[in-house]
Amino acid sequence: MLELSCLYKTFNTGSTNEVNALKDVSLSVEEGSFVCILGTNGSGKSTLLNAIAGNFFPDAGRVILNGNNITKWPEHKRACHIGRVFQNPFSGTAPGMSIGENLALAAKRGKRRGLGWGLPAAMVRELKTRVKDLDMGLEDRLDTPIGKLSGGQRQALTLLMSSWLRPDLLLLDEHTAALDPTTATKVIELTEKIVCEGKLTTLMVTHSMQQAVKLGDRIVMMHQGKIRYDFRGEEKKKMKVTDLLFLFEELRRKDQMDLGAAELLIPKKD
Amino acid sequence: MTFLIGSITIGLILALLSLGIFISFRIFNFPDITAEGSFTFGAAITAAFITSGTNPAIATILAFTGGMLAGATTGFIHTRFKINPLLSGILVMTALYSVNLHVMGKSNLPLLNQRTLFTWFGKWSDHISGPGKIVNLIGWSVTAADLWTLLFCFLVILAFSLLLLWFFRTNIGTAMRATGDNDQMIRALGVNTKWMIIFGVALSNGLVALAGSMLAQFQGFADVQMGIGMLVWGLASVIIGEALISENKLGLLVAGAVMGAVLFRLLVAIALRWGMNPNDLKLITAAFVFLALVLPGFMKHTKKIRLTK
Repeated sequence: MLELSCLYKTFNTGSTNEVNALKDVSLSVEEGSFVCILGTNGSGKSTLLNAIAGNFFPDAGRVILNGNNITKWPEHKRACHIGRVFQNPFSGTAPGMSIGENLALAAKRGKRRGLGWGLPAAMVRELKTRVKDLDMGLEDRLDTPIGKLSGGQRQALTLLMSSWLRPDLLLLDEHTAALDPTTATKVIELTEKIVCEGKLTTLMVTHSMQQAVKLGDRIVMMHQGKIRYDFRGEEKKKMKVTDLLFLFEELRRKDQMDLGAAELLIPKKD
Repeated sequence: MTFLIGSITIGLILALLSLGIFISFRIFNFPDITAEGSFTFGAAITAAFITSGTNPAIATILAFTGGMLAGATTGFIHTRFKINPLLSGILVMTALYSVNLHVMGKSNLPLLNQRTLFTWFGKWSDHISGPGKIVNLIGWSVTAADLWTLLFCFLVILAFSLLLLWFFRTNIGTAMRATGDNDQMIRALGVNTKWMIIFGVALSNGLVALAGSMLAQFQGFADVQMGIGMLVWGLASVIIGEALISENKLGLLVAGAVMGAVLFRLLVAIALRWGMNPNDLKLITAAFVFLALVLPGFMKHTKKIRLTK
Protein backbone atom coordinates (compact mmCIF):
# COMPACT_ATOMS: atom_id res chain seq x y z
CA MET A 1 0.00 0.00 0.00
CA LEU A 2 2.44 2.68 1.23
CA GLU A 3 6.10 1.89 0.95
CA LEU A 4 8.77 4.30 2.18
CA SER A 5 12.33 3.23 1.59
CA CYS A 6 15.43 4.93 2.95
CA LEU A 7 14.07 8.47 3.06
CA TYR A 8 16.55 11.20 3.86
CA LYS A 9 15.84 14.90 4.27
CA THR A 10 18.11 17.66 5.49
CA PHE A 11 16.90 21.23 5.90
CA ASN A 12 19.16 24.29 5.70
CA THR A 13 21.95 22.20 4.22
CA GLY A 14 25.39 23.67 4.81
CA SER A 15 24.31 26.31 7.29
CA THR A 16 24.71 26.31 11.07
CA ASN A 17 21.01 25.52 11.34
CA GLU A 18 21.36 22.29 9.42
CA VAL A 19 18.71 19.81 10.55
CA ASN A 20 18.71 16.17 9.59
CA ALA A 21 14.95 15.82 9.76
CA LEU A 22 14.77 12.33 8.26
CA LYS A 23 17.57 9.81 8.46
CA ASP A 24 17.08 6.56 6.60
CA VAL A 25 13.37 6.18 7.30
CA SER A 26 11.77 3.05 5.91
CA LEU A 27 8.20 2.12 6.64
CA SER A 28 5.68 -0.12 5.02
CA VAL A 29 1.98 0.29 5.73
CA GLU A 30 -0.63 -2.28 4.76
CA GLU A 31 -4.00 -1.49 3.30
CA GLY A 32 -6.52 -0.58 5.97
CA SER A 33 -4.13 -0.16 8.85
CA PHE A 34 -4.24 2.81 11.21
CA VAL A 35 -0.75 3.86 12.27
CA CYS A 36 -0.07 6.29 15.12
CA ILE A 37 3.25 8.10 14.83
CA LEU A 38 4.62 9.25 18.16
CA GLY A 39 7.70 11.28 18.84
CA THR A 40 9.27 14.14 20.70
CA ASN A 41 9.37 17.65 19.25
CA GLY A 42 11.66 17.77 16.26
CA SER A 43 11.74 14.00 15.90
CA GLY A 44 10.71 14.28 12.26
CA LYS A 45 7.17 12.96 12.50
CA SER A 46 5.52 15.92 10.77
CA THR A 47 8.36 16.01 8.28
CA LEU A 48 7.62 12.39 7.46
CA LEU A 49 3.98 13.20 6.79
CA ASN A 50 4.93 16.20 4.65
CA ALA A 51 7.33 14.02 2.66
CA ILE A 52 4.49 11.62 1.92
CA ALA A 53 2.11 14.45 1.02
CA GLY A 54 4.70 16.07 -1.23
CA ASN A 55 5.33 19.42 0.49
CA PHE A 56 8.97 18.85 -0.47
CA PHE A 57 10.96 16.18 -2.23
CA PRO A 58 13.23 13.94 -0.13
CA ASP A 59 17.00 14.17 -0.67
CA ALA A 60 17.12 10.41 -1.15
CA GLY A 61 14.78 7.48 -0.93
CA ARG A 62 11.52 6.46 -2.50
CA VAL A 63 7.82 6.90 -1.76
CA ILE A 64 5.58 4.30 -3.32
CA LEU A 65 1.82 4.48 -2.97
CA ASN A 66 -0.45 1.83 -4.47
CA GLY A 67 2.41 0.61 -6.63
CA ASN A 68 3.05 4.09 -8.08
CA ASN A 69 6.41 5.64 -7.46
CA ILE A 70 5.23 9.09 -6.36
CA THR A 71 8.61 10.34 -5.11
CA LYS A 72 8.77 13.05 -7.77
CA TRP A 73 5.07 13.83 -7.98
CA PRO A 74 4.11 17.40 -7.02
CA GLU A 75 1.81 17.87 -4.06
CA HIS A 76 -1.33 18.60 -6.06
CA LYS A 77 -0.90 15.45 -8.13
CA ARG A 78 -0.60 13.27 -5.04
CA ALA A 79 -3.77 14.82 -3.69
CA CYS A 80 -5.98 12.52 -5.76
CA HIS A 81 -4.80 9.64 -3.54
CA ILE A 82 -4.20 11.43 -0.26
CA GLY A 83 -6.54 13.20 2.15
CA ARG A 84 -5.01 15.52 4.74
CA VAL A 85 -5.85 17.25 8.00
CA PHE A 86 -3.35 19.76 9.33
CA GLN A 87 -2.27 20.66 12.83
CA ASN A 88 -3.45 24.24 12.44
CA PRO A 89 -7.27 24.26 12.24
CA PHE A 90 -7.04 27.25 9.89
CA SER A 91 -4.89 25.43 7.34
CA GLY A 92 -7.45 22.98 6.03
CA THR A 93 -10.23 25.35 5.00
CA ALA A 94 -10.57 28.54 2.97
CA PRO A 95 -11.81 31.09 5.54
CA GLY A 96 -13.43 33.53 3.13
CA MET A 97 -15.53 30.91 1.39
CA SER A 98 -18.72 29.35 2.66
CA ILE A 99 -18.99 25.94 4.33
CA GLY A 100 -20.79 24.66 1.25
CA GLU A 101 -18.12 25.91 -1.16
CA ASN A 102 -15.34 24.43 0.93
CA LEU A 103 -17.01 21.05 0.96
CA ALA A 104 -17.74 21.28 -2.76
CA LEU A 105 -14.04 21.95 -3.39
CA ALA A 106 -13.23 18.81 -1.39
CA ALA A 107 -15.77 16.79 -3.35
CA LYS A 108 -13.57 17.40 -6.41
CA ARG A 109 -10.28 16.45 -4.75
CA GLY A 110 -7.83 15.35 -7.40
CA LYS A 111 -10.44 15.51 -10.16
CA ARG A 112 -10.56 17.71 -13.22
CA ARG A 113 -12.17 21.03 -12.47
CA GLY A 114 -14.00 22.44 -15.42
CA LEU A 115 -16.59 25.10 -16.06
CA GLY A 116 -19.39 23.18 -14.39
CA TRP A 117 -21.28 24.86 -11.57
CA GLY A 118 -19.19 24.68 -8.40
CA LEU A 119 -22.03 24.10 -5.98
CA PRO A 120 -24.99 22.50 -7.78
CA ALA A 121 -28.33 22.11 -5.99
CA ALA A 122 -28.08 18.31 -5.93
CA MET A 123 -24.81 18.57 -4.07
CA VAL A 124 -26.24 20.98 -1.50
CA ARG A 125 -28.70 18.28 -0.44
CA GLU A 126 -25.92 15.71 -0.03
CA LEU A 127 -23.83 18.27 1.86
CA LYS A 128 -26.67 18.85 4.29
CA THR A 129 -27.10 15.20 5.19
CA ARG A 130 -23.41 14.62 5.64
CA VAL A 131 -22.82 17.82 7.63
CA LYS A 132 -25.79 16.87 9.79
CA ASP A 133 -23.92 13.67 10.73
CA LEU A 134 -21.29 15.85 12.39
CA ASP A 135 -23.99 16.87 14.85
CA MET A 136 -22.70 20.42 15.18
CA GLY A 137 -25.75 22.25 13.91
CA LEU A 138 -23.87 23.44 10.84
CA GLU A 139 -26.26 21.96 8.27
CA ASP A 140 -28.39 25.13 8.22
CA ARG A 141 -25.38 27.42 8.00
CA LEU A 142 -23.86 26.19 4.74
CA ASP A 143 -23.68 29.80 3.46
CA THR A 144 -21.63 30.99 6.45
CA PRO A 145 -17.99 31.80 5.69
CA ILE A 146 -15.93 29.06 7.32
CA GLY A 147 -13.67 31.70 8.93
CA LYS A 148 -16.49 32.50 11.35
CA LEU A 149 -16.43 29.01 12.87
CA SER A 150 -14.41 27.80 15.85
CA GLY A 151 -11.22 25.81 15.45
CA GLY A 152 -12.96 22.58 16.48
CA GLN A 153 -15.76 23.04 13.98
CA ARG A 154 -13.24 23.83 11.25
CA GLN A 155 -11.18 20.79 12.11
CA ALA A 156 -14.27 18.56 12.05
CA LEU A 157 -15.18 19.96 8.63
CA THR A 158 -11.61 19.46 7.41
CA LEU A 159 -11.88 15.80 8.47
CA LEU A 160 -15.12 15.47 6.56
CA MET A 161 -13.52 17.17 3.54
CA SER A 162 -10.40 15.02 3.55
CA SER A 163 -12.49 11.86 3.53
CA TRP A 164 -15.32 13.08 1.29
CA LEU A 165 -13.93 11.11 -1.61
CA ARG A 166 -12.46 7.97 -0.08
CA PRO A 167 -8.69 8.66 0.00
CA ASP A 168 -6.24 5.78 -0.48
CA LEU A 169 -4.30 7.29 2.38
CA LEU A 170 -5.40 9.67 5.13
CA LEU A 171 -2.73 11.82 6.76
CA LEU A 172 -3.57 13.41 10.12
CA ASP A 173 -0.89 15.78 11.39
CA GLU A 174 -1.51 16.36 15.12
CA HIS A 175 -4.94 17.49 14.14
CA THR A 176 -6.16 17.86 17.71
CA ALA A 177 -3.06 19.53 19.17
CA ALA A 178 -4.44 23.06 18.82
CA LEU A 179 -7.87 22.29 20.27
CA ASP A 180 -9.16 22.40 23.84
CA PRO A 181 -9.50 18.97 25.53
CA THR A 182 -13.28 18.62 25.10
CA THR A 183 -13.18 19.57 21.43
CA ALA A 184 -10.13 17.38 20.91
CA THR A 185 -12.03 14.39 22.29
CA LYS A 186 -14.93 15.10 19.95
CA VAL A 187 -12.65 15.39 16.94
CA ILE A 188 -10.88 12.16 17.91
CA GLU A 189 -14.22 10.33 18.16
CA LEU A 190 -15.13 11.64 14.75
CA THR A 191 -11.76 10.55 13.39
CA GLU A 192 -12.31 7.05 14.72
CA LYS A 193 -15.75 6.89 13.17
CA ILE A 194 -14.63 8.13 9.77
CA VAL A 195 -11.57 5.88 9.64
CA CYS A 196 -13.51 2.78 10.77
CA GLU A 197 -16.50 3.34 8.50
CA GLY A 198 -14.35 3.94 5.44
CA LYS A 199 -11.72 1.34 6.44
CA LEU A 200 -9.19 4.04 5.58
CA THR A 201 -5.46 3.51 5.60
CA THR A 202 -4.38 6.20 8.04
CA LEU A 203 -1.20 7.74 9.36
CA MET A 204 -1.81 9.89 12.42
CA VAL A 205 0.92 11.96 13.99
CA THR A 206 0.18 12.70 17.61
CA HIS A 207 1.69 14.05 20.78
CA SER A 208 -0.84 12.32 22.96
CA MET A 209 0.13 8.88 24.23
CA GLN A 210 -3.46 8.24 25.28
CA GLN A 211 -4.56 8.68 21.66
CA ALA A 212 -1.78 6.41 20.45
CA VAL A 213 -2.73 3.69 22.92
CA LYS A 214 -6.45 3.98 22.31
CA LEU A 215 -6.49 4.35 18.54
CA GLY A 216 -5.11 2.41 15.66
CA ASP A 217 -3.44 -0.94 15.25
CA ARG A 218 0.18 0.12 15.13
CA ILE A 219 2.48 2.56 16.94
CA VAL A 220 5.61 3.94 15.33
CA MET A 221 7.94 5.92 17.58
CA MET A 222 10.32 8.38 16.01
CA HIS A 223 13.31 10.07 17.55
CA GLN A 224 15.84 12.39 15.93
CA GLY A 225 14.74 11.64 12.40
CA LYS A 226 14.71 7.88 12.78
CA ILE A 227 12.10 5.25 13.49
CA ARG A 228 13.16 3.74 16.81
CA TYR A 229 10.25 1.48 17.76
CA ASP A 230 7.47 -0.13 15.80
CA PHE A 231 4.70 -2.04 17.59
CA ARG A 232 1.84 -3.82 15.91
CA GLY A 233 -0.70 -6.57 16.41
CA GLU A 234 -0.88 -8.08 19.89
CA GLU A 235 2.14 -6.08 21.00
CA LYS A 236 0.35 -2.82 20.18
CA LYS A 237 -2.84 -3.94 21.94
CA LYS A 238 -0.91 -4.58 25.16
CA MET A 239 0.78 -1.15 25.05
CA LYS A 240 -0.01 1.19 27.91
CA VAL A 241 0.77 4.86 28.38
CA THR A 242 3.31 3.95 31.06
CA ASP A 243 5.14 1.64 28.64
CA LEU A 244 5.43 4.45 26.12
CA LEU A 245 6.61 6.89 28.77
CA PHE A 246 9.26 4.40 29.80
CA LEU A 247 10.45 4.06 26.20
CA PHE A 248 10.68 7.81 25.78
CA GLU A 249 12.65 8.07 28.98
CA GLU A 250 15.00 5.38 27.72
CA LEU A 251 15.53 7.21 24.41
CA ARG A 252 16.35 10.36 26.33
CA ARG A 253 18.81 8.54 28.56
CA LYS A 254 20.53 6.99 25.56
CA ASP A 255 20.93 10.45 24.03
CA GLN A 256 22.57 11.75 27.15
CA MET A 257 24.84 8.74 27.28
CA ASP A 258 25.79 9.32 23.65
CA LEU A 259 26.59 12.93 24.41
CA GLY A 260 28.62 11.92 27.42
CA ALA A 261 30.48 9.31 25.41
CA ALA A 262 31.18 11.83 22.67
CA GLU A 263 32.63 14.19 25.23
CA LEU A 264 34.87 11.45 26.53
CA LEU A 265 36.03 10.48 23.05
CA ILE A 266 36.58 13.96 21.68
CA PRO A 267 38.67 15.95 24.13
CA LYS A 268 37.49 19.52 24.56
CA LYS A 269 39.66 22.23 23.13
CA ASP A 270 40.44 25.03 25.51
CA MET B 1 -24.96 67.13 -19.36
CA THR B 2 -22.67 65.95 -22.13
CA PHE B 3 -19.92 66.31 -19.57
CA LEU B 4 -21.75 64.04 -17.13
CA ILE B 5 -22.52 61.43 -19.78
CA GLY B 6 -18.91 61.50 -20.90
CA SER B 7 -17.74 60.98 -17.32
CA ILE B 8 -20.09 58.08 -16.76
CA THR B 9 -18.95 56.51 -20.04
CA ILE B 10 -15.30 56.79 -19.03
CA GLY B 11 -16.27 55.52 -15.57
CA LEU B 12 -17.84 52.44 -17.16
CA ILE B 13 -14.75 51.88 -19.30
CA LEU B 14 -12.56 52.17 -16.22
CA ALA B 15 -14.87 49.73 -14.44
CA LEU B 16 -13.17 47.05 -16.55
CA LEU B 17 -9.92 48.19 -14.97
CA SER B 18 -11.45 47.99 -11.53
CA LEU B 19 -12.73 44.43 -12.23
CA GLY B 20 -9.17 43.51 -13.19
CA ILE B 21 -7.74 45.05 -10.03
CA PHE B 22 -10.50 43.38 -8.04
CA ILE B 23 -9.19 39.98 -9.21
CA SER B 24 -5.57 40.64 -8.30
CA PHE B 25 -6.20 42.69 -5.15
CA ARG B 26 -9.17 40.91 -3.63
CA ILE B 27 -8.96 37.36 -4.99
CA PHE B 28 -5.17 36.93 -4.87
CA ASN B 29 -4.43 39.53 -2.18
CA PHE B 30 -1.72 41.39 -3.96
CA PRO B 31 -2.05 44.67 -5.84
CA ASP B 32 -0.67 43.75 -9.22
CA ILE B 33 1.20 46.73 -10.62
CA THR B 34 1.53 45.03 -14.01
CA ALA B 35 -1.80 46.77 -14.56
CA GLU B 36 -0.05 50.12 -15.18
CA GLY B 37 1.88 48.55 -18.04
CA SER B 38 -0.88 46.38 -19.43
CA PHE B 39 -3.37 49.29 -19.47
CA THR B 40 -1.07 51.18 -21.83
CA PHE B 41 -0.25 47.93 -23.63
CA GLY B 42 -3.94 47.46 -24.45
CA ALA B 43 -4.19 51.03 -25.70
CA ALA B 44 -0.96 50.73 -27.71
CA ILE B 45 -1.95 47.47 -29.41
CA THR B 46 -5.36 48.87 -30.32
CA ALA B 47 -3.96 52.14 -31.64
CA ALA B 48 -1.22 50.44 -33.63
CA PHE B 49 -3.57 47.94 -35.25
CA ILE B 50 -6.30 50.47 -35.96
CA THR B 51 -3.89 52.90 -37.64
CA SER B 52 -2.60 50.05 -39.78
CA GLY B 53 -6.16 49.43 -40.95
CA THR B 54 -7.29 46.50 -38.79
CA ASN B 55 -10.93 46.18 -37.86
CA PRO B 56 -11.38 47.94 -34.47
CA ALA B 57 -13.22 44.95 -32.97
CA ILE B 58 -10.30 42.68 -33.82
CA ALA B 59 -7.84 45.28 -32.49
CA THR B 60 -9.79 45.33 -29.21
CA ILE B 61 -9.70 41.54 -28.90
CA LEU B 62 -5.96 41.59 -29.63
CA ALA B 63 -5.51 44.15 -26.83
CA PHE B 64 -7.30 41.83 -24.41
CA THR B 65 -5.06 38.93 -25.48
CA GLY B 66 -1.96 41.10 -25.13
CA GLY B 67 -2.96 42.07 -21.60
CA MET B 68 -3.47 38.40 -20.73
CA LEU B 69 0.02 37.61 -22.01
CA ALA B 70 1.50 40.40 -19.89
CA GLY B 71 -0.34 39.11 -16.83
CA ALA B 72 0.69 35.52 -17.55
CA THR B 73 4.31 36.69 -17.66
CA THR B 74 3.97 38.25 -14.21
CA GLY B 75 2.31 35.10 -12.89
CA PHE B 76 4.95 32.90 -14.46
CA ILE B 77 7.86 34.95 -13.05
CA HIS B 78 6.22 34.89 -9.63
CA THR B 79 5.36 31.18 -9.49
CA ARG B 80 8.23 29.66 -11.46
CA PHE B 81 11.11 31.72 -10.04
CA LYS B 82 9.50 32.40 -6.64
CA ILE B 83 9.91 36.17 -7.01
CA ASN B 84 7.72 38.28 -4.76
CA PRO B 85 4.50 39.07 -6.66
CA LEU B 86 4.88 42.84 -6.27
CA LEU B 87 8.41 42.68 -7.65
CA SER B 88 7.30 40.43 -10.52
CA GLY B 89 4.69 43.05 -11.38
CA ILE B 90 7.22 45.86 -11.25
CA LEU B 91 9.55 43.95 -13.57
CA VAL B 92 6.87 43.30 -16.17
CA MET B 93 5.49 46.84 -15.90
CA THR B 94 8.93 48.32 -16.50
CA ALA B 95 9.59 46.00 -19.42
CA LEU B 96 6.21 46.86 -20.92
CA TYR B 97 7.15 50.55 -21.09
CA SER B 98 9.70 49.78 -23.79
CA VAL B 99 7.39 47.27 -25.44
CA ASN B 100 4.65 49.90 -25.62
CA LEU B 101 6.97 52.43 -27.26
CA HIS B 102 7.93 49.79 -29.83
CA VAL B 103 4.32 48.85 -30.49
CA MET B 104 3.26 52.47 -31.03
CA GLY B 105 6.49 53.59 -32.70
CA LYS B 106 6.28 56.89 -30.81
CA SER B 107 5.08 58.08 -27.45
CA ASN B 108 1.67 59.29 -28.62
CA LEU B 109 -0.48 57.78 -31.34
CA PRO B 110 -3.61 59.73 -32.33
CA LEU B 111 -6.65 57.90 -33.63
CA LEU B 112 -8.31 60.91 -35.24
CA ASN B 113 -10.08 60.13 -38.49
CA GLN B 114 -9.70 56.42 -37.81
CA ARG B 115 -12.46 53.89 -37.49
CA THR B 116 -12.86 52.91 -33.83
CA LEU B 117 -15.58 51.09 -31.93
CA PHE B 118 -17.00 54.50 -31.03
CA THR B 119 -17.11 55.98 -34.52
CA TRP B 120 -19.22 52.93 -35.35
CA PHE B 121 -21.69 54.05 -32.74
CA GLY B 122 -21.77 57.54 -34.18
CA LYS B 123 -22.66 56.07 -37.56
CA TRP B 124 -25.08 53.58 -36.10
CA SER B 125 -26.87 56.32 -34.19
CA ASP B 126 -27.04 58.49 -37.33
CA HIS B 127 -28.53 55.49 -39.09
CA ILE B 128 -31.17 54.74 -36.46
CA SER B 129 -32.12 58.11 -35.06
CA GLY B 130 -31.12 60.38 -37.94
CA PRO B 131 -27.87 62.33 -38.38
CA GLY B 132 -26.82 64.55 -35.49
CA LYS B 133 -30.03 63.86 -33.61
CA ILE B 134 -30.36 65.65 -30.27
CA VAL B 135 -32.35 63.85 -27.59
CA ASN B 136 -34.13 65.56 -24.75
CA LEU B 137 -33.14 63.78 -21.56
CA ILE B 138 -35.05 65.11 -18.53
CA GLY B 139 -34.70 68.68 -19.74
CA TRP B 140 -31.12 68.30 -20.99
CA SER B 141 -30.24 68.01 -24.63
CA VAL B 142 -27.83 65.23 -25.44
CA THR B 143 -26.69 63.81 -28.74
CA ALA B 144 -28.08 60.39 -29.52
CA ALA B 145 -24.59 59.15 -30.37
CA ASP B 146 -23.39 59.84 -26.83
CA LEU B 147 -26.31 57.90 -25.43
CA TRP B 148 -25.65 54.94 -27.72
CA THR B 149 -22.01 54.97 -26.64
CA LEU B 150 -23.02 55.04 -23.00
CA LEU B 151 -25.44 52.16 -23.52
CA PHE B 152 -22.78 50.14 -25.31
CA CYS B 153 -20.25 50.66 -22.52
CA PHE B 154 -22.89 49.72 -19.99
CA LEU B 155 -23.69 46.51 -21.85
CA VAL B 156 -20.01 45.60 -22.17
CA ILE B 157 -19.37 46.05 -18.47
CA LEU B 158 -22.60 44.22 -17.59
CA ALA B 159 -21.57 41.30 -19.78
CA PHE B 160 -18.10 41.11 -18.26
CA SER B 161 -19.44 41.39 -14.70
CA LEU B 162 -21.89 38.54 -15.29
CA LEU B 163 -19.20 36.46 -16.99
CA LEU B 164 -16.85 36.97 -14.06
CA LEU B 165 -19.57 36.14 -11.55
CA TRP B 166 -20.42 32.98 -13.45
CA PHE B 167 -16.75 32.06 -13.73
CA PHE B 168 -16.09 32.49 -10.03
CA ARG B 169 -18.94 30.11 -9.26
CA THR B 170 -17.70 27.34 -11.55
CA ASN B 171 -15.46 24.54 -10.31
CA ILE B 172 -12.34 26.13 -11.71
CA GLY B 173 -13.37 29.60 -10.50
CA THR B 174 -14.03 28.46 -6.92
CA ALA B 175 -10.64 26.73 -6.99
CA MET B 176 -9.11 30.05 -8.08
CA ARG B 177 -10.75 31.91 -5.21
CA ALA B 178 -9.56 29.22 -2.80
CA THR B 179 -6.03 29.64 -4.16
CA GLY B 180 -6.04 33.25 -3.01
CA ASP B 181 -7.78 32.39 0.25
CA ASN B 182 -5.72 29.39 1.40
CA ASP B 183 -3.29 27.94 -1.09
CA GLN B 184 -2.10 25.15 1.20
CA MET B 185 -5.63 23.82 1.53
CA ILE B 186 -6.44 23.85 -2.16
CA ARG B 187 -3.11 22.22 -3.08
CA ALA B 188 -4.00 19.42 -0.68
CA LEU B 189 -7.22 19.11 -2.66
CA GLY B 190 -5.34 18.57 -5.87
CA VAL B 191 -5.24 22.01 -7.51
CA ASN B 192 -2.10 23.25 -9.24
CA THR B 193 -1.97 26.65 -7.57
CA LYS B 194 0.78 27.89 -9.88
CA TRP B 195 -1.46 27.59 -12.91
CA MET B 196 -4.32 29.16 -11.00
CA ILE B 197 -2.20 32.21 -10.19
CA ILE B 198 -0.87 32.52 -13.72
CA PHE B 199 -4.36 32.22 -15.19
CA GLY B 200 -5.90 34.58 -12.65
CA VAL B 201 -3.30 37.31 -13.10
CA ALA B 202 -3.63 36.89 -16.87
CA LEU B 203 -7.39 37.33 -16.66
CA SER B 204 -6.95 40.39 -14.47
CA ASN B 205 -4.54 42.04 -16.90
CA GLY B 206 -6.68 41.08 -19.89
CA LEU B 207 -9.50 43.15 -18.41
CA VAL B 208 -7.12 46.01 -17.61
CA ALA B 209 -5.80 46.02 -21.18
CA LEU B 210 -9.36 45.97 -22.48
CA ALA B 211 -10.07 49.09 -20.42
CA GLY B 212 -6.95 50.73 -21.90
CA SER B 213 -8.02 49.75 -25.40
CA MET B 214 -11.52 51.16 -25.01
CA LEU B 215 -10.29 54.35 -23.36
CA ALA B 216 -7.82 54.97 -26.20
CA GLN B 217 -10.62 54.56 -28.73
CA PHE B 218 -12.96 56.76 -26.73
CA GLN B 219 -10.54 59.65 -26.22
CA GLY B 220 -8.99 59.23 -29.67
CA PHE B 221 -5.35 58.58 -28.82
CA ALA B 222 -2.99 56.21 -27.04
CA ASP B 223 -0.21 57.63 -24.93
CA VAL B 224 2.71 55.79 -23.40
CA GLN B 225 2.07 57.59 -20.08
CA MET B 226 -1.63 56.77 -19.84
CA GLY B 227 -1.17 53.79 -17.51
CA ILE B 228 0.58 55.74 -14.77
CA GLY B 229 -1.44 55.75 -11.57
CA MET B 230 -3.97 53.28 -12.92
CA LEU B 231 -3.33 50.73 -10.17
CA VAL B 232 -4.15 53.23 -7.45
CA TRP B 233 -7.12 54.40 -9.49
CA GLY B 234 -8.38 50.82 -9.66
CA LEU B 235 -7.77 50.30 -5.95
CA ALA B 236 -9.74 53.46 -5.18
CA SER B 237 -12.65 52.14 -7.26
CA VAL B 238 -12.59 48.73 -5.58
CA ILE B 239 -12.39 50.28 -2.11
CA ILE B 240 -15.22 52.74 -2.79
CA GLY B 241 -17.22 49.80 -4.08
CA GLU B 242 -16.66 47.88 -0.87
CA ALA B 243 -17.66 50.89 1.19
CA LEU B 244 -20.88 51.15 -0.86
CA ILE B 245 -21.65 47.47 -0.40
CA SER B 246 -20.26 46.73 3.07
CA GLU B 247 -21.09 43.05 2.63
CA ASN B 248 -18.84 40.19 1.73
CA LYS B 249 -20.90 38.60 -1.06
CA LEU B 250 -19.14 37.95 -4.32
CA GLY B 251 -21.92 39.26 -6.56
CA LEU B 252 -22.24 42.45 -4.57
CA LEU B 253 -18.48 42.96 -4.49
CA VAL B 254 -18.30 42.78 -8.29
CA ALA B 255 -21.22 45.18 -8.61
CA GLY B 256 -19.49 47.38 -6.04
CA ALA B 257 -16.28 47.47 -8.04
CA VAL B 258 -18.22 48.67 -11.10
CA MET B 259 -20.19 51.26 -9.17
CA GLY B 260 -17.06 52.39 -7.38
CA ALA B 261 -15.31 53.02 -10.70
CA VAL B 262 -18.18 55.10 -12.05
CA LEU B 263 -18.64 57.04 -8.83
CA PHE B 264 -14.94 57.75 -8.49
CA ARG B 265 -14.72 59.01 -12.06
CA LEU B 266 -17.74 61.26 -11.43
CA LEU B 267 -16.22 62.64 -8.24
CA VAL B 268 -12.97 63.38 -10.03
CA ALA B 269 -14.76 65.02 -12.97
CA ILE B 270 -16.79 67.20 -10.64
CA ALA B 271 -13.72 68.15 -8.59
CA LEU B 272 -11.89 69.11 -11.78
CA ARG B 273 -14.90 71.17 -12.89
CA TRP B 274 -14.82 72.99 -9.59
CA GLY B 275 -11.30 74.04 -10.32
CA MET B 276 -9.12 71.39 -8.77
CA ASN B 277 -5.66 71.55 -10.26
CA PRO B 278 -5.34 68.50 -12.56
CA ASN B 279 -1.72 68.19 -11.43
CA ASP B 280 -2.97 67.33 -7.94
CA LEU B 281 -5.18 64.49 -9.18
CA LYS B 282 -2.76 61.64 -8.52
CA LEU B 283 -1.70 63.03 -5.14
CA ILE B 284 -5.31 63.25 -4.03
CA THR B 285 -6.12 59.78 -5.39
CA ALA B 286 -3.20 58.27 -3.49
CA ALA B 287 -4.16 60.13 -0.30
CA PHE B 288 -7.72 58.92 -0.73
CA VAL B 289 -6.68 55.27 -1.07
CA PHE B 290 -4.39 55.67 1.94
CA LEU B 291 -7.26 56.97 4.05
CA ALA B 292 -9.61 54.26 2.84
CA LEU B 293 -7.07 51.59 3.82
CA VAL B 294 -6.27 53.09 7.22
CA LEU B 295 -9.62 54.42 8.42
CA PRO B 296 -11.46 51.10 9.06
CA GLY B 297 -8.62 49.82 11.28
CA PHE B 298 -8.31 53.19 13.00
CA MET B 299 -12.03 53.32 13.74
CA LYS B 300 -11.96 49.80 15.21
CA HIS B 301 -9.04 50.83 17.36
CA THR B 302 -10.73 53.93 18.79
CA LYS B 303 -13.88 51.91 19.43
CA LYS B 304 -11.85 49.39 21.41
CA ILE B 305 -10.23 52.13 23.46
CA ARG B 306 -13.60 53.66 24.19
CA LEU B 307 -14.98 50.28 25.26
CA THR B 308 -12.09 49.51 27.57
CA LYS B 309 -12.20 52.93 29.21
